[in-house]
Formats: sequence, structure tokens, C-alpha cells
Amino acid sequence: MKWWQFKKRDADLERELRSDLELEEEERREGGISEEEARYAALRAFGNPTLIREQTLAVWPWNWLESLARDLRFSLRTLCRTPAFSVIAILVMALGIGANVALFTVVRGVLLKPLPFDDPDHLVMLYEAGLHEDDTAGSNPVSGGMYDEWKKQNRSYSSLALAKGIRVGLSASGGQLPEKLYSALFSWDMLRTLGVQPALGRDFTQADDNPAASGTVLLSWGMWKRRFGGDPAILNQTIHLDAKPYTVIGVMPAWFDFPDPSTQLWTPVYHDKPEDEMTSFSNHMFRVVGRLKPGVSVSQGVADLSVISQTTHNAHLNDPLIFQSARSRPLLEHIVGEIKKPLYVLLEATCCLLLIACLNVANLLVARAAARRKELAIRTALGGGWLRLIGERLMECLLLSVSGGALGLLLAFAALHWLMQTHHDMSRVESVHFDGVVAAFTVGVIVLCALFSGLIAAFSTSDKRILGALHEASRSVSGGNARPTLRKTLLTLEVGLTVILLIGAGLLLKSYERLRSADMGCLTKDVITMHLGIPDARYPTPAQRANFYDTLLERVRALPGVDAAGFATVVPGQGYQMDWTFSIVEHPPLPQGFGQFALSRWADPKYFHAMGIPILRGRTFDGGKRLDSANEVVISQSFASQYFPGEDPLDKHLRVRGKDTVIVGIVGDTRYAIGETPKPVQYYPLGAGVETVGTLVIRSSRGLEQFALPVQSIVSEMDPDLPVSDVLTMNQLLGQSTLDQSFNAALLAAFATLSLALAAVGLFGVMSYIAAQRTTEIGIRVALGAKREQVMRKMLLDGMRPAAIGLVVGLAASLEAGELMRDLLFEIKPLDPTVYAAVAATLLAVAAFACIVPAWRASRLDPMQALRAE
Amino acid sequence: MSSMAKEAHQRVGLLQGTLDMLILRTLLYGPAHGHQIGKHIQRTTNEFLQMQHGSLYPALHRLERRGWVVSKWETAPDRNREFKYYRLTEKGRKQLVVEESQWKQMAEAVARVMWPAAEEN
Repeated sequence: MKWWQFKKRDADLERELRSDLELEEEERREGGISEEEARYAALRAFGNPTLIREQTLAVWPWNWLESLARDLRFSLRTLCRTPAFSVIAILVMALGIGANVALFTVVRGVLLKPLPFDDPDHLVMLYEAGLHEDDTAGSNPVSGGMYDEWKKQNRSYSSLALAKGIRVGLSASGGQLPEKLYSALFSWDMLRTLGVQPALGRDFTQADDNPAASGTVLLSWGMWKRRFGGDPAILNQTIHLDAKPYTVIGVMPAWFDFPDPSTQLWTPVYHDKPEDEMTSFSNHMFRVVGRLKPGVSVSQGVADLSVISQTTHNAHLNDPLIFQSARSRPLLEHIVGEIKKPLYVLLEATCCLLLIACLNVANLLVARAAARRKELAIRTALGGGWLRLIGERLMECLLLSVSGGALGLLLAFAALHWLMQTHHDMSRVESVHFDGVVAAFTVGVIVLCALFSGLIAAFSTSDKRILGALHEASRSVSGGNARPTLRKTLLTLEVGLTVILLIGAGLLLKSYERLRSADMGCLTKDVITMHLGIPDARYPTPAQRANFYDTLLERVRALPGVDAAGFATVVPGQGYQMDWTFSIVEHPPLPQGFGQFALSRWADPKYFHAMGIPILRGRTFDGGKRLDSANEVVISQSFASQYFPGEDPLDKHLRVRGKDTVIVGIVGDTRYAIGETPKPVQYYPLGAGVETVGTLVIRSSRGLEQFALPVQSIVSEMDPDLPVSDVLTMNQLLGQSTLDQSFNAALLAAFATLSLALAAVGLFGVMSYIAAQRTTEIGIRVALGAKREQVMRKMLLDGMRPAAIGLVVGLAASLEAGELMRDLLFEIKPLDPTVYAAVAATLLAVAAFACIVPAWRASRLDPMQALRAE
Repeated sequence: MSSMAKEAHQRVGLLQGTLDMLILRTLLYGPAHGHQIGKHIQRTTNEFLQMQHGSLYPALHRLERRGWVVSKWETAPDRNREFKYYRLTEKGRKQLVVEESQWKQMAEAVARVMWPAAEEN
């Protein structure tokens, strides 16, 4: 019989029993007794038909389903009778489950799913290493020359390919404005190495990837749809990048976003980069992806490359910047590197939250079980099976957590939707979506929650105490001790977990605050930045470049409201970007194999003034010395103290790429990124006409946004094909780089607040329960002359004890948890005393607040009322 | 589990095999409905075995589930109403033989222990 025939079977059985019973009745009547007597006699002989029916049906399989349905109906009725309890429990579960499902979905999509490349386990990211001994931990880019050597000599990789993210200007075409795009340079075999094909058109070939070939470009799917309307006719058309022609040869699939999600174009690297950069050993700028040959281990591969690096290093001892070894890590780890840790910390936080939610629901259930004690005792006494009662309790919990889970799933959907909208530049964010595994995870979490909270509640009412409960029914002076103890234990756990979350959130918040208030070494208020660059192709001579920027700055400074303006290749907060090696002419030459390098920037003379970078000694560049006669350099304070200890750097000379420059000034230190310590910087004059791309900064005390349009129109008057991008105030620019930190801190703070609220609710519930149970006892105490303050103090202490123990446990556990977050913190230790103190104070205050109402109520009891209450 | 439930469980277990055999044997005479089967066993044993309906119907359904009997609603010849008639299947006939021989062995074994003198005679 199948389960859906169950109803039929039941009806059939009922008919069978009825007809047989009637027959019995008839037979008795035929024996000559009255109709009524016959019926009773038949029933007596037959037994209880309902019981017989139940017992007979139990013979068939699927009967359990019927009993399950019965439990379900019963539990539904029970839950509907106490809507407030049910709603609270469901909401608590929904929050816990929703947060977990959302975060698990993200973690799965980002960290656990294999990369969408062919056989991704054999793909590794390769770095150079070992220039300095403490350099082994870094992930240094690879120089073109070393890549060449690796590629020629290695025996471990079936292929090695090169990538580099850059920015290019796409010229105006077909009525569309010029724009600045994130693009990537690929060696021709990159897509082959990854095992990816373009969705349309063809891949690069070896013939495309050299300086003599005509330009070729692959478009991203998004770019193709957005800019070219998804028209396949774009294939073999020509577009202009940085004023040079490129033929569109293909469109990549929508999911492809290597090396990072903002990449919109790919061009061949050997075609785009000058030959000297591609063969240099000391210009470290590329990412190298390798595919290991089958059977070759990661460490064998690295050892192979390290030998090549060492040999190359030894062969060029005059070049101090050649690394001596190689490092590698799985490609997935490289891609998700920075996001891995915060995600796991957040996942742990949501697990804590879920545990707290479960504990709270269990606590509520225990309280309810206590209230339903007599009902349960009577049912047990009447023969209700123990398993049956536990089953019912579990069914209740299952109902709660399924409804909570359903609601939580909606929450998770909303949260993920929001995340996709706001964090679309997170690595691998496109692979985040609901799938079978996430569904299984959700079901697992729901069942686990039901089991966890249900079993705790179920075991709190074991049948040993039935008799006690029935005895107590007549007159109870104080409730049994066991359940308050259980509830206090649960509460202690809950408080402990809350403390961990609070400390984690506190640390992140403080770290974030430190980060935002870190002195950048320049103005962050009243400064607006705009990115722009002139293509080398249209401005081939240094004079043209220098003139462009002279004119631009002159016209910008003439705008009404502009207090100061300047231009630099890189401004503080925009990252490391570029360094150059140098030697000091006045110093003895360094031993062979050693070198010095510092961040290098190009700036116009008034840049320091505009950015508020103080000139500590000397002066800024002489604006009159331009082009070849520009022979001045300005250094930062840390440059001076690091390379000129105990001497005056002014009028000393730096030699860079064979050219000598004189140090004319020392300026204040700046940070290249928020959260990084200031590094030595060398500033060269923009007037030399070397650099072509950078950031325009404008300082004004009167409304920064008003300058975006006038500057854009100045630029387009000077060159209609030039895009201006990233119009950001300095605060926005810095804000972008702290977005992740603020996001993590905010999320963790939200979790912590939530769990604090849950713990407070739990504390309040337990205290109210204890107070209610001890009404009579307190009445007697007060009647016998106990002072109200005494009663209140005793109640308060009673409630604060689990909170205090939980606090101690939580603080101890936080020491461990804080260690886990060490990498996420900026300038503060995981054991920050102010955070610990603040959390302890907050928690105790909230606990006291949660306890004080029940305690106060208890102390206000009228003894007569209390004694009469029973 | 409460002690009441435990007892009920034991009683069923004790009678189960025997009751099944008695039902199968009764059906050897031809199809019968539950009431008839119960009455027949009761009458044949001179009211020694009081038929518990709480055991009879679960037993009938168990036999049906195992395929030893099949059931069908048929009109009773003596009354103008339908009853659920149980009929022995071929599988049930074989089972009866098995159970009968097992019971016989069991009875003999018990007898040997209980009345050893009788065997010597």
C-alpha cells in the first residue's frame, strides 16, 4: 500500500469494523435481548473500536506518516495558542538562519566553488621572492625578463602566461563619449592556459602578440552589451585605445573577469608594452599564471623556477633588483586572498548568532514546558509515551525553525541582493547564488536548530519528575530547582557568546575608526581629485606633454573659487603604484647585489601647496626648469631620515636611470594607502614631460562638486577625445579603500547588537520566571519582615550571577577569537583593554537593566496577595 | 515507555504466531469475515480462547500485508449486507504448513520436558 492510499485504507477498516460490530449486535438481538442491551453487550465484547482501528492501522507501513501529521496538527494548535511566543521564536530563528544562509552562500560562491577554469587545481599564481630575506612573505609581481627565463627553461609547467591590469582611454566613437576603462594585458597564451574560449570570435594568437603586429582587443561581455549594443557586427571593427587602433577579435563570456572584476578589455601584452619593459629583470610588474604538468607537485614547480631565478640573479650581479627565488599559491587563493579572512570571521559570527538564537528559543521552550508541566504530567500519567512527548516537542521546534528558516531564507535573499548591488566589485561575487548545496545547507541548519533547541527543552522535562509535578499541583512554595538551573546555564552560554561577538565588533569598529582618523600627511577636506591622462600616441614629445599640463593647470587655477590646484601621477591613498631605484652620487657605491628604491611620483611645483603637504626644508621645483633642464627632485621626510641619516640631503644628488638630479626640498610624509605606514617618496617635476597619466587635485573651500563640469569642459576644449574619470573628493577616495573595513565592522556590530538584545530578552525572561515562581516565598519573607531592598538585592544578584559568569567565560574565549582577527585589525592589538572594558560595562548594564524590572516587581509584592495567589 | 504499553506489547508478541496460525487454519475451510473467524476459533475451543478483537484485526491485516490472505467485500449469503471476506492465498497455504510443523515440534518439545514419564511408557 502506498501512503496516499492511507485514507482509503482507514475508511475501509472503519467499515469493516462497523459491519462486524453490527453483526455482533444483530446476533445478540436475535438471542432475544433488547436493542439497547444488545448494543452495549456487543461493544463490551468488541472492545474500544477506535483503539482497535489505531492498532490495526499500525500494522501497515506509512502509518508513521499519519502519526506525524497528527503531531503536526497538535503542535500547530499549541503554537497558535501562544502567538506571542511563536512570533518571537520564529523571528529569532529567522534572523539566525537568514544570516547564516546568506553568509554561507557568499562563502561557498567565493571560497569553496572551484574556479570556472579548465582543471583549476593545476593552476597556480607565481611570484618572485627572496630579494631581501624578510621579503619571502610578499606576493611580488614578476619582471618580464624573469618570466621569459622561466618560460624558456622550466620543465614543470605545461604553460606560463602573463597578465597585468592597466587603465586605457577609449576614444569617442559612434556618438559615444570617450571613457577611461580598466583593462588587462594578457600574453597570447593566457586564455589557453586558463582553458577559456571567447564567447564570440577568436582568441589571441602568437602572431598578435608582438610589437610589429596590428592591435587586437577582446571585449568583456558587459562592455560589448553596454557600449556596442551587443551587436556581433563589432567583430573585426576598429576601436581606438589611447588613440591607437585596435581590431576587435572577440567577446569574452559574461562570467569571465580575470584578473579582476572591473576588467573590460584585454589586449596582447607584447604588442602594447615597449620591448625594454618586457625584457627588464628589475621592473617587477606582471602576474604570472602557470599550469602545472600532470604529476608535478606545487613545491616541485616552485623549486624548478627558484633554480632558474638564482641562476639568472647570479648572471646579472650588477643589477641589484633581480629576485633570487620564486613562490606560488593556488590561483583561487590569489583571487580571493584578501576577502577570505573577513568572510570566515563573519561566518563564525553568524554561527555564534545562530547558536544564541537556538539557545534563546530553547530557553523560551523550557519556560513554556515549565508552564505546561501539569498538562504533561497528566498526559504521562495517563500513558502518553515518553517518545511521543519528545516527538511532539521536536515537532514544535521543527515547525518553529521551518517557519523561521522560510522567513530567514527571504532575509538571506534580500541580503544577498543588497550585497550584489553594493559589493559588485568583490572578487568572484558573480559566482554567488543559491543552488542545491545552499538549499541542503539551509535544510541542515533548520533541522539542526530544531534538534538542538527541541532536545534541550525535551530533556528538561524527563518523566522522573511527574509525580513531583502532580504533588506540587496542590501547593507550591517554590518551583523545582532543576529547570532554573538549566535555564541559567543556557543563559550563561548565551551571554558568553554575546560577549565574544561584542568584543569582535568592538575591535573592528575601533580599528576602523583608527583607520579613518589615520593622518594621511595631506589635506583630506576641501580637496577634489579627477583622473585623466593624455595618450602617448597623440602627445609623442615631452614638450607637448608638459605644455598640455601647463595650460590645463593655468586654466583650472583661473576658475572662480579655486584656492589651489596641482597635478601628480599618484596622490596619497591611490596605492603603491610605482617605485624607482636610485643611487646617491655623494655616497660610496653600494656593494654588488644591493640596491635602494623608493616610491616615485611626478608632480607640478604647486602640487604640495594644493594637497597641503608641508615643505619642511628647502623649496619646491623651479617652474622655469622644464623638459631636459628639469633636474630637480623633492624627497619626503622618511626618505631623508632613511637614506641621509645624520647629514643634510639638500643639494645632494640622486642618480636615476643614468640621470643626475639635485635635491631641492624635503616635504612631509604621506601614506600611499590608508592603513599603511609612510614610505620614502621621491618627487620629480611634471614639467620634464615624462609622465602622461595622473590625478588633478583642486582645493577649494566653496563646494567641491561645482568644479567637475567646468574642468571637464576645459579638458574637452583642449582635447575633445580625452575622458575625465573618477571625480572623487579626497574623503571619498579614502572612503573607497576603507569600504570593506567599514562593511565588516558594521555587519559584525549589527550581529553583536542583535545578540545583545537576544541575551537581554533571555535574561529578562528567566528573571521574570524565577520571580513568578518565588512569589509565595517572597510573600512569606516580606510578611516575616524582610526589607524590600533586601528582596530586590537578592533577586538582582540571582539574575546577575549567570550574566557575570557568562561575561567571564566570554572574555576568556574572546582572547582566542581576537587572535583570529589579528590580521583584520589596524594599529590595535587583539587584546585592546578599552574594548574589553567597554564590552564588560555594556553587558553588565544591559543585564542589570533586564533584571531590574522583575526584581523591582518582586520587591513590590503585597504579601497578602502573594500568599493568596495559590 | 510506560509499563502499561510494555505489557501490551509482550502479550501481542506471545500470541502473534499462534493467532496467525489459527486464522490461517480457519480460512482453510473457505473465505470468512473477521467476525466469523473470531466466532469460529472461540466456538471450536469451547470458549477456551476468548477472541480479543484488538488482536484479531491487527492479525488479519498483518496476514494481508504479507500476502498470505486477500480480502474482498462480498455479500453474505445469509444477510443482505456486504462483509469483508478474507481468503487464503497459495502463499498462505504454504505458510500454514510451515507454521503447523513448527508448532508441532514446539508442542512435542514442551511435552518432553513437562511429562518425561509419559514418553518412557
